[in-house]
Amino acid sequence: MTSNFQPNARGYYGEFGGAFIPEMLYPNVEELREQYLTILADPEFQAEYQLLLRDYVGRPTPLFEAKRLSARYNTRIYLKREDLCHTGAHKVNNTVGQILLAKRLGKTRIIAETGAGQHGVATATVCALMGMECIVYMGKTDTERQKPNVERMRLLGAKVVAVTSGSQTLKDATNEAIRDWIGNPVDTHYIIGSVVGPHPYPDLVARLQSIISEEMRKQLLEKVGRELPDYVVACVGGGSNAAGAFYHFLDEPSVQLVAVEAAGHGIHSGHSAATSVLGTPGIIHGSRTLLMQDEHGQITEPYSISAGLDYPGIGPLHAYLGASGRARFISIEDEQALTAVAECSRLEGIIPALETAHALAALGQLGAGPDDVVVINLSGRGDKDLETYMKYADKLK
Amino acid sequence: MQNRIQQAFARKGQNLLNVYFTAGYPSLHDTVPLIEALTEAGADLIEIGMPFSDPLADGPVIQQSSSVALANGMSLYVLFEQLREIRTKVPDTPLLLMGYLNPIMQFGMEKFCQAAAEAGVDGLILPDLPLVEYEEQYQPIFKKYGLQPVFLITPQTAPARIRHMDTLTDAFLYLVSGPGTTGGANTQAEGVQEAYFERIAAMNLRNPRLIGFGIGDKSSFQHAASHAHGAIIGSAFIRALEDAPDAPAAAKRFVASILN
Ligand SMILES: Cc1ncc(COP(=O)(O)O)c(C=O)c1O
Repeated sequence: MTSNFQPNARGYYGEFGGAFIPEMLYPNVEELREQYLTILADPEFQAEYQLLLRDYVGRPTPLFEAKRLSARYNTRIYLKREDLCHTGAHKVNNTVGQILLAKRLGKTRIIAETGAGQHGVATATVCALMGMECIVYMGKTDTERQKPNVERMRLLGAKVVAVTSGSQTLKDATNEAIRDWIGNPVDTHYIIGSVVGPHPYPDLVARLQSIISEEMRKQLLEKVGRELPDYVVACVGGGSNAAGAFYHFLDEPSVQLVAVEAAGHGIHSGHSAATSVLGTPGIIHGSRTLLMQDEHGQITEPYSISAGLDYPGIGPLHAYLGASGRARFISIEDEQALTAVAECSRLEGIIPALETAHALAALGQLGAGPDDVVVINLSGRGDKDLETYMKYADKLK
Repeated sequence: MQNRIQQAFARKGQNLLNVYFTAGYPSLHDTVPLIEALTEAGADLIEIGMPFSDPLADGPVIQQSSSVALANGMSLYVLFEQLREIRTKVPDTPLLLMGYLNPIMQFGMEKFCQAAAEAGVDGLILPDLPLVEYEEQYQPIFKKYGLQPVFLITPQTAPARIRHMDTLTDAFLYLVSGPGTTGGANTQAEGVQEAYFERIAAMNLRNPRLIGFGIGDKSSFQHAASHAHGAIIGSAFIRALEDAPDAPAAAKRFVASILN
């Protein structure tokens, strides 16, 4: 169905993608590549996956008409409530699928990287459910700014490793997870948390998150009488919630896809994570995509108030959506995101995650008219960010 | 005609010592003095690491040396400038550049290969350049500039794949000693590693084999070299340079400690 935006056999979306991995990872990644489509299509896998999505994750998640936000922006705003998923974000859609995949591949040990900790929690959760060993790599900076999630992972029985290399954030956590996988090639499956990494991960994670837009289409038909909205808006760290929200609209050109990145202190402040603007083609974590780097090809340290968006690359699908003009990219600064946190909390009674707040903050820039239907992917809830919200209480008034 | 790498193997046949260091470490201009010192002390091949911010296949020691080298100002431009006259000083020892693809892509693959060839570099070890991308995109460029690719082999690499790699190079095959990044200790059960080395030896490949990752002293060098044509030492050498006031002198002492 989404023919124009599927990767080719080697995992390329246009010029972006591929699998630039050392030989040590080749057998693992190749095994996954050979098997993922067959396993995903297997009726037994699907039955187990769908059952868990319904009874464990709590799907379908509601599509909620946000009337007060709609009045504020004079358009028709719907919130896709991924924050209501078990564990509080969309990340669990992916981990439920990948843990079932790992079991079928005969793996007994699971590793993951995490930024905001939501993917780490979602991985620790499914490992508890399946009785598998779980090790989560998390940048030391992130263990400090997302403490509640560190405690949740530990309570769930996972081992959390604080990564002290580089900028001590998501990029470095991903490096360390990859190094672990190099050291444990036989028994371990790496559950990547976004649409990044070597092929087939970007496609695998996009497919597992595509349930978001599959549900949106049905729910829109029920609520507004048409399957296609005018806008779909999602924040992009690596891009998994955006990939899921866009997936079933990729080949519907009437639907404007809007990807929202973190501009940190400002795009050109030197403290930003706006990869679509600041990035150039290169290789990060096994994928050829857009990334932030200096003129010598050294990867630069991104910055965002939001741990989940603090990443110097974007998934190859998004690099392609940007280059081909299919998606529009908007960058949102820390302060704008904080304002959006307050606005959504006060107007709708929903406290969003900092990542999600970036998508909400783009509402004023869409140019949507009164009859337009705008779906915001509400990727996660804000409980994990309470400490940050307390710190910036004056900005949240 | 044999290339310099083949000549080195023809000269010695076994127990070849290949030493890796990170260019720009411990200080920016140690590159050429270290190459000279290593050669004088008896290293048979030299791998010059091109530092990268995110070295995925490397353990903490090489990660750290890479950060220091980058902070010292090392870049491909600086490195090629340093290597400009290297062949007047070190005519015979094979020199290989080892590093990750991203800095090379920003520099430009063709421009990179041309600069390497002009400096007198013999081979390239690019761990994150996959075999399929090499064959489809870069092989003609490597050939044009007479650069040999060196491929990594692990205990999980399938025999057919090893045979294929063996046809694509006239250098050596790099046997990664076991699972893990550079500098890691061997944690495999007794005999597992040896069985893997012997399995590859029994394949009667065209190219000689060097064993690397986790080789750090005379006894681990001799043990590895006895199962191949020699071995590669990286992290342990970097550690020996760490607090050395005189890097070339430390290099000579280190090589002597392995070979004598
Ligand atoms: C709630 C939430 N939204 C978005 C993201 C960003 O990830 P992605 O771009 O893969 O959706 C995260 C990552 O931690 C998150 O926790």
